[in-house]
Amino acid sequence: MSETNHIRLPEGSIERMTTTLNLGPTHPAVHGVFQNILELDGERIVKTEATVGYIHRAFEKIAERRPLYQITTLTDRLNYCSAPINNMGWHLTCEKLLGIRTPKRVDYLRVIVMELARITDHLICTSIVGVDAGAFTGFLYVMQYRELVYEIYEEICGARLTTNMGRIGGFERDFPQAAWDKLERFLREYPKAQKELETLLVRNRIFYERTRGSGAISAERALNYGFTGPNLRAAGVDYDVRVHEPYCSYQDFDFRIPVGTTGDNHDRFMVRTEEIWQSLSIIEQAYRKIQDMKGPEANVYHADAPEYYLPQKTDVYSKMEALIWHFKIVMGEVDIPAGEVYHSVEGGNGEVGYYLISDGGRSPYRLHFRRPCFIYYQAYEELVQGSMLSDAIITMSSLNLIAGEMDA
Amino acid sequence: MALTQEIVRKRLTDQFGDSLTEWGEPQGMLTFTAPREMNLKVLSFLYDEADLAFRFLTDLTAVHYPDRAGEEICVVYHLHNLSANLRLRLKVYAPVAQPDVYTATRIFAAANWMERETYDFFGVNFIGHPNLKRVLNVDEMDYFPLRKEFPLEDQTRIDKDDEMFGRG
Repeated sequence: MSETNHIRLPEGSIERMTTTLNLGPTHPAVHGVFQNILELDGERIVKTEATVGYIHRAFEKIAERRPLYQITTLTDRLNYCSAPINNMGWHLTCEKLLGIRTPKRVDYLRVIVMELARITDHLICTSIVGVDAGAFTGFLYVMQYRELVYEIYEEICGARLTTNMGRIGGFERDFPQAAWDKLERFLREYPKAQKELETLLVRNRIFYERTRGSGAISAERALNYGFTGPNLRAAGVDYDVRVHEPYCSYQDFDFRIPVGTTGDNHDRFMVRTEEIWQSLSIIEQAYRKIQDMKGPEANVYHADAPEYYLPQKTDVYSKMEALIWHFKIVMGEVDIPAGEVYHSVEGGNGEVGYYLISDGGRSPYRLHFRRPCFIYYQAYEELVQGSMLSDAIITMSSLNLIAGEMDA
Repeated sequence: MALTQEIVRKRLTDQFGDSLTEWGEPQGMLTFTAPREMNLKVLSFLYDEADLAFRFLTDLTAVHYPDRAGEEICVVYHLHNLSANLRLRLKVYAPVAQPDVYTATRIFAAANWMERETYDFFGVNFIGHPNLKRVLNVDEMDYFPLRKEFPLEDQTRIDKDDEMFGRG
């Protein structure tokens, strides 16, 4: 054998004391398409480099050529674990720019959908933290009920994951009875499953030891890193967009904002767990408020906004005005008033913001999504510095990193 | 006394005089423009002053206005004072030929990736940034895709032009 066939190692690799490990982009523990290049000394992490962008789809550029209603489908694909929140956030942004005021019933219907989405988002995150700590069972208990929530979405809008739910001004149709029946079943049965998950994990010695103290961040650093949502609240800052700038009549509801103290994996888990209970209570309140509605307001499901909300099909076939609006809306020929607006909603992971600039054309001049995941993922290096590899995995899942939201 | 937009505006004009321009309140958010060499002075003034305390960087992005000669790239900062619950928007314009803007990473750790993203899509050169390289696009890319001259679709198509989008 000639000498040239020998394996050539990179220079200095024998003398080097650390190991380089590629975690991702398609590793089962990463739960999404992004990569971490870890520099390991034994099992301790010396250095991390995060690489994102594997599923970047240029949504901000595409949005510059689309009428407003076609951008809803792009927002689905940001945080696909809670797509309805993104949809509603986008509709609210448009309504703010267009000056459309929605009836109370629409607000409450939206609140129900958004809180359902928050529950599905949080139940994935909390149960996956369990899975990554070695407890698979609880995950299956709650996953059954994500399925039920997806069925509710299906009854409302026909889709499950990327929902494209609602329209500018309200919903495309009223919730059918089947959706209410399934919602009632969810409210009745889900607490049991959630309690089962909590019995398995909360105060479980192994889980506690694995999560407590790892991946911790102080409130000050979390704020400096632009953390929002449950991850910020776990560090002890009670910032919640639903309370600070109520949208969709959130001021009508009575709920508490859970906060942690240490900002570690355990606090993040506990904050999300408590938020699930608060969301259940909000859904119940909203459902009751809708049931209590009397007279004409008990049936409205959209605002009166003929320029942006598609008319009834029967009207399209029989009325000239409706036909014209239908055509103009579908073809995207409605001019948007010039202006700039920033609107944010409390997403599953934090403040989901939409910065929309219109120059009076038919599509946005510029649209920017504030994606909470993208912003707090840069703190990952600091969070796992010097910790064990296994803690880094739990930190990743307790931060709830969603690749779709990171990459836009 | 609760912090209001009037107080913020007065404090800023007292400090920086006429160099801050284009005051406005689109959709209720206080918005103004600073000269680009002063962005850090304004940001740290807003951060450090105890009564202003705009210590949360909500968002950082850019907008490309090809028609504004000499100041085509607009870098937009969204700041938030969480305790007074007040937001404001700061804009800084830079020429597209040499879009140099000082980095805000010394004040906000969050600015790191946000500035990398802005560099990635608009080519804004953030002076002093610790690691200014592309974050979402591939490293080999030699253009800045969110600039308006970058085509979204095959530009040889004649069935779609800007006129269809209301700005012919």
